[in-house]
Amino acid sequence: MKIKVIVTLKNGVLDPQGKAIQQTLNGMGFSEVNQVRQGKYFDIEVGETDENEAKFKVDEMCKKLLANLVIEDYKIL
Amino acid sequence: MKSSVIIFPGSNCDRDMDVALKKYGFKNHMVWHNDLELPKSDLVVLPGGFSYGDYLRCGSIAGKSKIIKSVIDFANSGGLVLGICNGFQILTETGLLPGVLQQNKFLNFICRNVHVKIKDKDNKYFKNIKKDILELHIAHNEGNYFCSDEELKAINENNQVALTYCGLDGADNEEFNPNGAIKNIAGVFNKNKNVLGMMPHPERMIDKYLSGEDGSIFFENLLKINN
Repeated sequence: MKIKVIVTLKNGVLDPQGKAIQQTLNGMGFSEVNQVRQGKYFDIEVGETDENEAKFKVDEMCKKLLANLVIEDYKIL
Repeated sequence: MKSSVIIFPGSNCDRDMDVALKKYGFKNHMVWHNDLELPKSDLVVLPGGFSYGDYLRCGSIAGKSKIIKSVIDFANSGGLVLGICNGFQILTETGLLPGVLQQNKFLNFICRNVHVKIKDKDNKYFKNIKKDILELHIAHNEGNYFCSDEELKAINENNQVALTYCGLDGADNEEFNPNGAIKNIAGVFNKNKNVLGMMPHPERMIDKYLSGEDGSIFFENLLKINN
């Protein structure tokens, strides 16, 4: 079973890469872009047939490795 | 005094650290990351470099490697654990040190000498060092120390800030902040001050002709006060 996870920086945490991307987009003429926040996306193949069980395990993985909860939030899709 | 330097795949300051420790009289062992047990040590050093290619987040994979459990046990039993640069990043990822090291504010890799102010001397790393300001070398892309407001309050209250970036006269304000680190923080202790993480490399400042000797002061003092 494939579980998808998105990790993003928490609100208020500086994201210099997002800022550089925003400025580049603005410079390219996309003047409507007010903010860009960059994150990470994971496709995790879990050897489980029960979706809840798989998500429960992925939740543990997020807490222990995939996200650093000091600065990041995660979302299991 | 016995020391151990852990080598991770991608560590690149491990040999410099070995040379520095031996120069000042430590009996040093190199320890592979896949080992389970630390040799008998008084000091464990996590060296600089790019462990596991900085994959996922700097230090995150090394923070789960096989040797780390015994490093954490050693730290929790009061042993001295020193993390330099990538070693500092690894220590924050293990939870032994508070906060996290983010990418430098201006997205640049910084490689130059800086001055740092010793903020606390009531510990086994800086006690008896007469100088208040040291000239050390930094070389990093992720040295931008960050922690939450509550954590910042807590580490200030416990005097856990070890070093701040400063000018020649010791002013540690934004002007002398190379990487965007919160409150110019260059190094922090854990609560008991036996674990120290710092971005600057003392092992690169041990030759009076090549670099300057403020790193020598650090190692000589470390050996003396812990012997």
